Amino acid sequence: MLQGLDPKAFILGCSAIGAGLAAIAGIGPGIGQGYAAGKAAEAVGRQPEAQGDVIRTMILGQAVAETTGIYGLVIAIILLFVRPLLEAL
Amino acid sequence: MEITLQLFGNEYVIAETIVNTWIIVILLSIFAIYVNRKIKKARVNEKPSKFLNFIELLVEGVESLVETTMGRDKLGFAPYIGTLALYLVVANLFGLIGLKPPTSDYNVTFALAIITFVLTQYYGLKSKGLGGYIKGFFEPFWPLFPLNVIGELANPVSLSFRLFGNILSGVIIMFLLYQALGAFSIIVAPVFHAYFDVFAGVIQTFIFIMLTMVFISMAMED
Repeated sequence: MLQGLDPKAFILGCSAIGAGLAAIAGIGPGIGQGYAAGKAAEAVGRQPEAQGDVIRTMILGQAVAETTGIYGLVIAIILLFVRPLLEAL
Repeated sequence: MEITLQLFGNEYVIAETIVNTWIIVILLSIFAIYVNRKIKKARVNEKPSKFLNFIELLVEGVESLVETTMGRDKLGFAPYIGTLALYLVVANLFGLIGLKPPTSDYNVTFALAIITFVLTQYYGLKSKGLGGYIKGFFEPFWPLFPLNVIGELANPVSLSFRLFGNILSGVIIMFLLYQALGAFSIIVAPVFHAYFDVFAGVIQTFIFIMLTMVFISMAMED
């Protein structure tokens, strides 16, 4: 253990850093969803009469693409608010 | 709000989620009874009132959504999907009146996802038969059996985490915003409420019912 450092404070600080790192997972879904939205805009431009179906398919695909980002978010929330590492002390 | 009960010397705590869920159940029941009364009073040869027209629009919307996603032969799922949609919309919009949305509790979303999972397995078993159901896990060839099982079990987890994560992140961000801005939050908060509660809530409701329908119809078809 580092000298003169409260282990609890150390774990809390590291948990905060970990939560921040976990939130980086948001990059992936951002790129994926933007790509899907761009393709959907193209599709609507080509076939405006199919707008309803295109939007429905796009939202469904984006929801699935979002899952990994949500996993990162859940890990960040658990690290910040549930603090499971403190119990291992 | 949390309710603490004193019963026979013991203390029982009723969680906020359960209280809020009961508020939703009571609100929706009152709404259903009111609509039922209105429908019974309506005459066939008269023009329906604006309210009844709106209700008809809702019911027809749900039915046409089920029909386009699952096919005409599976219209029997429309009542369940409609109930799910009504509950989720009201639950996700609960943040607007300053209460904690029940869907920001993982127990609620996981319970809903378990219902979808059981429906998926039951209707898959029923429509394909025991042999076809078991054979489905060994496709396209048998070494993929563990992957298929894991893929099937991951569905409720991802379904529940998606709804939970979206609503809870909205709740947390709104909480931080109110803490940070203090009195100024009256000016800024409505925009964020419109996005996190109304937009995200309605979109997540739609995604949840769409995925439920897709899972069930996929289990029944192939």
